Amino acid sequence: MQVEFRNIHKRFGSVHANKGITLNIPGGCIQGLLGENGAGKSTLMKVLSGFITSDEGEILLDGRAVTIPSPAGAIEQGIGMLHQDPLDFPPLRVLDNLLIGGRRGLIPDRRAALKALKEIEAQFGFSLDPDAYVDTLTVGERQQLELIRLLWLGARVLILDEPTTGISAPQKVKLFAALRKLSAEGRTIIFVTHKLEEVYQLCHRAAVLRAGALVAEIEPPYHTENFINAMFGGEIPTPPRQPPPTTAPLLALKGVTVEDARLQVGPIDLTVKAGEVIGLAGMEGSGQDLLLRLCAGLLRPTGGEIALGGRALQNATYHQFLRNRVKFMPADRMTEGLVAGLSLTEHFALNAEVHGFFINYKQAEQTAVERIAEYSIRGFPESPVESLSGGNQQRTLLALLSAPLHLLLLEHPTRGLDLESAVYIWKRLKERARSDGTAILFISSDLDEVLQYSDRVLVFFAGRASVPLSAMQTSVEELGLLIGGVPLETARSTAGMHQPEALSR
Amino acid sequence: MLKDARVGGWGARLIGIGLALGFVALILLATGAPPFQAISLLITGAFGSTRKIVDVIATSVPLLLATSGLLITFAAGLWNIGIEGQITLGAIFTVGALRLFVDSGAPPGVAILVGMIAGMIGGGLWAALAGLLKIYGGVNEIFSGLGLNFVATSATIWLIFGPWRRPGVGSMSGTEPLPPEFALPQLPDMRISAWAVLLSLLGIALVYILLRGTYIGLKLKATGRNARASFVLGIPTSRYTLVAFVLCGLLAGLAGAVQVTAVYNRLIPSISSGYGFLGLLVAMLINYQVIWAIPVALFYAALIVGSIQLPIQLRLDSSLAGVLQGALVLFVLIIDGVRQRLRERG
Repeated sequence: MQVEFRNIHKRFGSVHANKGITLNIPGGCIQGLLGENGAGKSTLMKVLSGFITSDEGEILLDGRAVTIPSPAGAIEQGIGMLHQDPLDFPPLRVLDNLLIGGRRGLIPDRRAALKALKEIEAQFGFSLDPDAYVDTLTVGERQQLELIRLLWLGARVLILDEPTTGISAPQKVKLFAALRKLSAEGRTIIFVTHKLEEVYQLCHRAAVLRAGALVAEIEPPYHTENFINAMFGGEIPTPPRQPPPTTAPLLALKGVTVEDARLQVGPIDLTVKAGEVIGLAGMEGSGQDLLLRLCAGLLRPTGGEIALGGRALQNATYHQFLRNRVKFMPADRMTEGLVAGLSLTEHFALNAEVHGFFINYKQAEQTAVERIAEYSIRGFPESPVESLSGGNQQRTLLALLSAPLHLLLLEHPTRGLDLESAVYIWKRLKERARSDGTAILFISSDLDEVLQYSDRVLVFFAGRASVPLSAMQTSVEELGLLIGGVPLETARSTAGMHQPEALSR
Repeated sequence: MLKDARVGGWGARLIGIGLALGFVALILLATGAPPFQAISLLITGAFGSTRKIVDVIATSVPLLLATSGLLITFAAGLWNIGIEGQITLGAIFTVGALRLFVDSGAPPGVAILVGMIAGMIGGGLWAALAGLLKIYGGVNEIFSGLGLNFVATSATIWLIFGPWRRPGVGSMSGTEPLPPEFALPQLPDMRISAWAVLLSLLGIALVYILLRGTYIGLKLKATGRNARASFVLGIPTSRYTLVAFVLCGLLAGLAGAVQVTAVYNRLIPSISSGYGFLGLLVAMLINYQVIWAIPVALFYAALIVGSIQLPIQLRLDSSLAGVLQGALVLFVLIIDGVRQRLRERG
């Protein structure tokens, strides 16, 4: 089935998540969809799968304009979405999960469902036990179940949101084979991913979104730099850079490994000097986020040693990290950073260094007024944080970090800020690094930002960290290639002219 | 549900109350009873004489104590269904402590004080159990609370028919009454203790101050609204969850102690009298607004006292008060929900 987006607009408050996206996907095509988090991919896919409705624009299926009011409406039109975290019912059995989506009749027809299950399984070489409970299945098997369910419901357009995170290599091979087969049958596949090599392996064409707009449509033969330029913006910065500090080492990681359900990271060796700024680059979910949380004390290492100023912290709790003047700023502002329902004043009161029994609201409000001015937050001391815009929430988060620190860990410190504010924020951060000796580790998907403000850069790819690279001697092109998984030597020779040296660890 | 609803919502509240009254009137019509007469009976039954007004105030005491405790757990985002058991354990501990003083020759004031403190400890321990189960066992406080309520009730029954039974008898009417001097002194010719009223007002005042002006209160609120962000901001959220349970348990235990020392003077099977559940309704209705606890608790107490007349005068079941109490909460919450939806759309 042919899918056509025409001028799709979607706004969430002040955020313009989709800015007039027009994209035509022919039937039987495997269409890659790329872009950083916040680029507007999920919004676009949610519009297509009926989770949200667009403010403007229309969707055409086989040339016919349709309205998709809900996910159930989407599947009736033949559109099915496979979510990154399977939307199934873990306490139920495989067959029951299949039946839940069925819409015909009052009494579920178990025999027909079982027959369909077996047929579809045979077609793709899946094998699920119909009586197994879903919570005993692997992520890959749950994904197969979802795929079977959508096909059983008659999906002719399949949306897959980062389907390969968390599944094993053989399952990935099976999945790709199934997708190729489905596309050969004329079904349309939209494949949302961060991983370029998957696009190379699988997709007939790819589209790249950045900041809510469609910035590139790319067809084979694929070149990594085309993608990187489109995703991250290709302008090459000419910033005045300062030499890295020559202070004593502050943070030392020795053979550190860390993992979550999806990814194993490390081993990583890294020494960070006081006042040094280290940028962590990589596609989303390549391991940089885990390393940052590890250094914050929010994750425990599975191996290796962490020392801060000579003090071993690998077994310390998060609160011990805080007491050692380590602070973390999360990217997900309203989930991990701020408390909805509390005002700016209340946040600054909570954040105050010294706590008595009674809150000195006069003083807390005074602090709030000062910080609001200092960080140009558009809001009042009594404003509940959820009423602020994203950029102002970001400023609030940064304003909450003002106590003296040894180590500051930032996830996307300037996301949602305009260029001018970003420059101001970084000026403040660099001052702290230079004058107070605060070491900073930060993640950013903006390569210019990484190179401009870091002393050294660590590039992550599939859980492995590169040797620390001097930011001054690395170019955006090289960084882009490294992020895409190109080995260091090749990246250097491809990007030419520069001869970046790997600094000692 | 609880958020945002307070902004300029009192007009909507009145609509909710009106709808609830209308709903109850419909039920009365359906059963063939005259609604206006029933409601006027409710009113005269609660406020018709000084004695009745005093009864209303006395009834509001345990309700207010339970509500003030629940305001703390609600602030921390917890559904402390186990409050009934916490009241019951408070009563058990109070009776247990007072029994130690029988024939001891200690001054009754001391005995009562120790009994009250024991009651608070009992309630606090029972609540701490729910808190620990949540923090270390991952058991939702609604489930553990429900279970602990049953255990508390069973413990009461066991004590009444077992170790603490009336010599020779052992009946549902309760344990051997405590010596009368172990009861809180009552006002002359009235079934009310000024001490009990004072305690309940003190309880609500403390909670008001705690939630409004202290770091403990602010951290409880932060934990209740976003535990993850609070943790990242550096609040030890598990500890505050436990603190909320224990504080609520202390107040609930005090309610149980008051039930013993100001009302029954012994342990009876359902000593909590449902004040814990009723407190949940009051806390939901007032929606974090601590000062409103007093009028709303008095109103609910008036419904309880007023409905005593109904079976005699109109052959209606006195559970009508319960219907009205429940309907009020439902309609007020529905109106809040509708307003929120309208605002989101608008």
